[in-house]
Amino acid sequence: MRKLLVSIPLVAFLGLGVFLFKGLFMDPRTLPSALIDKPFPEFSLPSLYNMDEELTQLDLQGEVALLNVWATWCPTCKEEHAQLNKIGLEEGVTIYGLNYKDDPELARQWLERYLDPYRKVIVDEEGYLGLDLGVYGAPETYILDKKGIIRYRHVGEVNESVWLHLRELMQTIEKEDA
Amino acid sequence: MIRSILILCVLSLVVFKSHAGFETYEFTSVEGERRYAQLSRELRCPTCQNQNISDSDAPLAADLRRELHRMIESNQSDDQILDFMITRYGDFVHYRPRMAPETYFLWYGPIALMLIGLGVLLVVAKKRKRKQSATSGHSSVNAQPSLSEGLTEDERKRLQSLLQQDDQK
Repeated sequence: MRKLLVSIPLVAFLGLGVFLFKGLFMDPRTLPSALIDKPFPEFSLPSLYNMDEELTQLDLQGEVALLNVWATWCPTCKEEHAQLNKIGLEEGVTIYGLNYKDDPELARQWLERYLDPYRKVIVDEEGYLGLDLGVYGAPETYILDKKGIIRYRHVGEVNESVWLHLRELMQTIEKEDA
Repeated sequence: MIRSILILCVLSLVVFKSHAGFETYEFTSVEGERRYAQLSRELRCPTCQNQNISDSDAPLAADLRRELHRMIESNQSDDQILDFMITRYGDFVHYRPRMAPETYFLWYGPIALMLIGLGVLLVVAKKRKRKQSATSGHSSVNAQPSLSEGLTEDERKRLQSLLQQDDQK
């Protein structure tokens, strides 16, 4: 009994040590999303291809898809664009774009120059939808299920290894929905 | 030469304002202004993580200030505003975490640890006291019967004399 009591501080210390040690390898920049498993926020914003057309959250439903938050002022968005082209144009995965706090004219030029992997692009010039989504830095990529519910969020560049992970998740969600 | 150095010195005093400068908001009530000041210090900027939104000049912080102003002017309560921020950015966004099952440890942990420490201190002190009161009033040999257990009569005598020798010193 006494031995047990004496070992408590050591055990507590080791527990704390493991906890803090794990913290050393966590990225403080990835925040847990508050919106996982919640429906995509309601919005009504113009489409980049036709500014008179209003897009809403209903336009994002129907299939398991990616939603990519991007802007022309965002250097990492440029880096990941080739990967998005591969995902959207070669593999035929549905990607919706959310053009975040950007000039639509510049955005159109960018898509013309670097190719356009997006099915639809929402224009969020003021960043209201970004705010509702809890966007804190572009690029961000979300997985939406058929009902338009947010299932996963990735902050930062989508590269090949991230994409493999995302694709696996999308396939699992697809099975669940079926 | 001296002239150009002087000019350089003067030029070095010129400070260029590098960022765009903070927007100013008008409030319809003094109370609203006070709440804005308080909440913008309590809300953490998600992009530049160790600044609150009143310190940060990140565009996102400016958006959050704009929302904060809008919500205060539309007479929303502090709780409504914090709920708005937390449903979007998570608990991370508030420097003063709310009370919820997952934050009980955070809030009550220090008090619990202090109580445990006090408890241990009390137990140890009590034990020590008991030991002391047991020692005083009896001869040292009787207080520690374990010491003389299993000794022959001769050894016991020798031990007692040794101990008494110690007491006399």
